[in-house]
Amino acid sequence: MAVTVILPRSLVALIPGTERRTEVEAGTVREAIDRLDDRTPGLRNRLIDSGPAIREHINVFVDGDQAALETPLRPDSTVHVIPAVSGGSGAVGVLFRC
Amino acid sequence: MTRTLLLVGTRKGAFIVDGGADRRAWSVSEPMCEGWPIHDLQWDPSTSSIYAAGGSPWFGAAVFRSDDLGLTWTHSSEGLTYGDDGPKIPAVWNVTPAHGSIYAGVEPAGLFRSDDGGATWSHVSALRDHPSRQDPGWQPGAGGLICHTIVPHPSDPARMWIAISAVGTFATEDGGASWEARNVGVSACFQPDPHPETGQCVHKLVMAAGEPDSLYQQNHCGVYRSRDAGRSWEDISAGLSSEFGFVMGTHPRDAATAWVVPLSHPEEGRYAPGGALAAWRTRDRGDHWERQDVGLPQDHAYVGVLREALSVDRGDPAGIYFGTSTGQLYGSTDEGASWRLVADNLPAIWGVQAIEVD
Repeated sequence: MAVTVILPRSLVALIPGTERRTEVEAGTVREAIDRLDDRTPGLRNRLIDSGPAIREHINVFVDGDQAALETPLRPDSTVHVIPAVSGGSGAVGVLFRC
Repeated sequence: MTRTLLLVGTRKGAFIVDGGADRRAWSVSEPMCEGWPIHDLQWDPSTSSIYAAGGSPWFGAAVFRSDDLGLTWTHSSEGLTYGDDGPKIPAVWNVTPAHGSIYAGVEPAGLFRSDDGGATWSHVSALRDHPSRQDPGWQPGAGGLICHTIVPHPSDPARMWIAISAVGTFATEDGGASWEARNVGVSACFQPDPHPETGQCVHKLVMAAGEPDSLYQQNHCGVYRSRDAGRSWEDISAGLSSEFGFVMGTHPRDAATAWVVPLSHPEEGRYAPGGALAAWRTRDRGDHWERQDVGLPQDHAYVGVLREALSVDRGDPAGIYFGTSTGQLYGSTDEGASWRLVADNLPAIWGVQAIEVD
């Protein structure tokens, strides 16, 4: 079943070949990310950390609700991948660590 | 025409500062690596590639590679992991090409190697298997538990030194299969026992020109030299404005010459002592030091210089360059006798590497 995945601009700029809006066949968030990684290798590592789990400062929403890797998808689901606002604080923290 | 380039890693991306053939006029590139925090950049002359080590708060740790002097970049972190049950790796702090491989030092402290130009990585696990990680344990410094320095032997692929804050210096002589702590004589001045086997807070480790067994280090607790590959160390801080600092660099041809940029006491700001910025040079392996501040700000310059942010080029006379945590890049093309502002208003500078390209 085809779902729509919408990636952030910063990720599309980072990985050549990716597009903001992509349709993939997937039954869970994890499968959707795996299918995208098949097309553009390296994308999975930018979104999934050890655990495995969605990275701490990446938010994934399925049809508007916060999701995890195993969240199921409906045939017409829309998956938004959005960098969290909180991610910016990490870089500031590093600035003062010396 | 050979040009001198400065590869500059910052809190908000990488930059290339081009000094042309004469190192007089410098031009600053647009930001690279998509604004990622970049700790370190290195040049691999065997493939004419630039490597950049960093970690995005959103997208994790990775090593970037450019084969066209920064026009285009790829990146990878495939294999750069301690496994699903292991700790997360937020950033790569050092990337060092050596003998056909690429090495990456990461946080939390560990070493990875790539044999395919950075496309995939494998864990050099013996380092983290060192018994000191369990007992007494590896404690982070203020910058985290980071493997921030990798010093390969120039001709023997089996030999390498690495440095971890606040754990100390380790060496391998069997290609990474086993590691030995090399901190004898280095103070851990912040511990009840100031001379443990490990626990020293080394900030930067450098090798003397042409003498692979002659090492220097800027440490939390002083500046040190070793003439026996790090098996023993001698404090050479006497004469400096402060024993504390992060950076250290060595002359490209003279094993006795090195530079540091002292900073105020760790609990008293960690900036240029008295607000007067200066590099200090030794020409006799640390027996004596001379202050080099001509052209550097001497009033209210409360700037820091972080651990990867000094580099020495191979020119004659040698050029020395360092960046500040407030975005100034200073350079000298007369071995520190005089300085000028090479670039200003950059993001906080974390790494500087001088290279020569045709």
